[in-house]
Amino acid sequence: MNKLYEQYIKTDSLPTLFCPGCGNGIIQVAAINAIHNLGIKQDVACVSGIGCSAWIPCYLKLDVMHTLHGRAIAFAEGLKFARPDKKIVVFTGDGDCLAIGGNHLIHAARRNIDLTIIMVNNYIYGMTGGQKSPATPKGSLTKTSPFGSVDEVIDGCDLVMTMGASYVARWTTAHPVQLEKAIRDGILHNGFSFIEVLSQCPVQAGKNVYGEKDAASIMRTYKNNTYIWKDGTEAPKGKIRIGTLRHNKNAKEYIEKADWVMAERELERR
Amino acid sequence: MDKGSTKPGYVVLQGNEACVKAAIYAGCRFFAGYPITPSTEIIEMMAEEMPICGGAFIQMEDEIASSCAIVGARWGGRKAMTATSGPGFTLMQEAIGFAAVTETPVVIVNVQRGGPATGQPTLSSQQDIYQARYGSHGDYEMIALAPSTVQEMYDFTVRAFELAEKYRTPVVLLADEVVGHMREKIIIKKGTVDVRPEKIAGIASPSADFFTGENVLVEGQLHDERGRRIGHLPDKSGEFLMKLNNKIRKNVDAIADLKTYFLEDSDTAIVAYGSVERPAMDAVRLARGIKDDMVNTTVKFVKNVFKKGVPAAIHTDYSHLKVGVIKINTPWPFPKNELTRLTRDVKLVIVPEMNIGKYYKEIERALPDKKVVSMPKCGGNLHTPKEILDTILKEMGVNE
Repeated sequence: MNKLYEQYIKTDSLPTLFCPGCGNGIIQVAAINAIHNLGIKQDVACVSGIGCSAWIPCYLKLDVMHTLHGRAIAFAEGLKFARPDKKIVVFTGDGDCLAIGGNHLIHAARRNIDLTIIMVNNYIYGMTGGQKSPATPKGSLTKTSPFGSVDEVIDGCDLVMTMGASYVARWTTAHPVQLEKAIRDGILHNGFSFIEVLSQCPVQAGKNVYGEKDAASIMRTYKNNTYIWKDGTEAPKGKIRIGTLRHNKNAKEYIEKADWVMAERELERR
Repeated sequence: MDKGSTKPGYVVLQGNEACVKAAIYAGCRFFAGYPITPSTEIIEMMAEEMPICGGAFIQMEDEIASSCAIVGARWGGRKAMTATSGPGFTLMQEAIGFAAVTETPVVIVNVQRGGPATGQPTLSSQQDIYQARYGSHGDYEMIALAPSTVQEMYDFTVRAFELAEKYRTPVVLLADEVVGHMREKIIIKKGTVDVRPEKIAGIASPSADFFTGENVLVEGQLHDERGRRIGHLPDKSGEFLMKLNNKIRKNVDAIADLKTYFLEDSDTAIVAYGSVERPAMDAVRLARGIKDDMVNTTVKFVKNVFKKGVPAAIHTDYSHLKVGVIKINTPWPFPKNELTRLTRDVKLVIVPEMNIGKYYKEIERALPDKKVVSMPKCGGNLHTPKEILDTILKEMGVNE
């Protein structure tokens, strides 16, 4: 194993429970590189919910909280309030974050609290065996949409931008270098950072959702079907917008404007 | 931090307010909550008091998030509490189970109202007695404290933090609307003692705070002492679960707090918890004709009660009844040994409760050789002392 990863991965917990071809490993490595390059190993904690993506931080030699389905952001907000001087990274999935955790997501985004959310979007509930999620494209055949999904899709990035998130980016597992940079920027950004990673689940989604069943082909599709967005440009029809979608450095962070700061000023005034 | 906004001495406070003062005294520096009647005064006062004493306050989007946030904050090293009522307590059960299995010391205040569902938002009940014990799924043991006076609301909040830290477990303060909203004169203490008693042996999970260099893994799946998942291993999982439950089960007597009132010469004991203790005590005073507080008692509110005097409408003669009270301050874990010891010389046990008669079943099971009578009362009113005494007369067969 790479020497760097030995510093970060609990080798006695290996092998991971990820299936062959899973995108989680790429995301895990991108996160390790981002944290290492920032030199903040002692000053970062990870929180995750339930689902395949939630296991990503559990193999890391960091302070990690593996919490309840959908609730990772709520736990992370409490942790951040207790230690505003530290950085919190949340690993979550499309079902965890957009379905059961949707309420916590939009409220954390509107608060602009300093968390870095990495939402791994594989368009499926993988851990329970392939059921549709709020991100599953219409018409997909899954175990709970055997005649094709009729549900409208939630775009996580659009949702949090509407709610006031100040850093929003979307990348795919076919863009590991850009992803690493986005995670670094997200951690450095003082405010709510949301990074969606389009990932692959060849085992539970495969051909019925992506139209491809092997991991490399799905990643190639991601390369071909995405468009790296620049401000002022329009994504070509049928292509998914990726890149840094918003980076507002001027938005005020929640805890900095929270009541205790106000109270301190009030006490000084008295 | 820790400036402490609490002044020592006598104050007149509402139960909910006393709870806030006590939490700050016990070192609580994070509160997350969501407004709900009849616990709303707690979140309102916390919004003002927390920031002033160097703590953090956040109003979350719901009770689910509130209960999760306090667990997160505790791992960040801050003592944390939330408060709720009725439906909010139902929503919190998920995180209470998580706190139990990850052995996170947090305090959850439930100012009970009538249920089910929206139920009776403004009236009192004790209907959540079993939800406090068995509310979340799976096997875990819960510690619950039930105050009946504003002073107890204060003292038990402090004890809740102590017990939570000692046993590394969530603790429920099971108050109710009566005690939450009443005002009484109480003694509060000065400043802050950050109560962090030595934790007991037999903790099965990692317990270092985050950012102390320990690389803690807090895992909601059953786990080993380093936090690694063992949920797929039946033997290890069974061991873990027994250990988790035994840390409370083996310490029931140490946790138990029962107080007696005139029990020495009694053949009838009224066993009560929470605000129902109040009419139970009044019943004893009525039967025994006590008109002032010359009686040596551990109960502090006796004086207040007698300002009102004995109701004139009472004609029945209760003077031959030898009746006393057992106050159960810690309904969970069920204090079986202590209760058995205290009821040794008693023939009849009356259990008044503001629900359909739930806790009575535990008592009946614990005292198989006694006559145990349930006195359920639903609707939101406390039992009257007369109702309690009439029940005793009837059960003793002396009422024609």
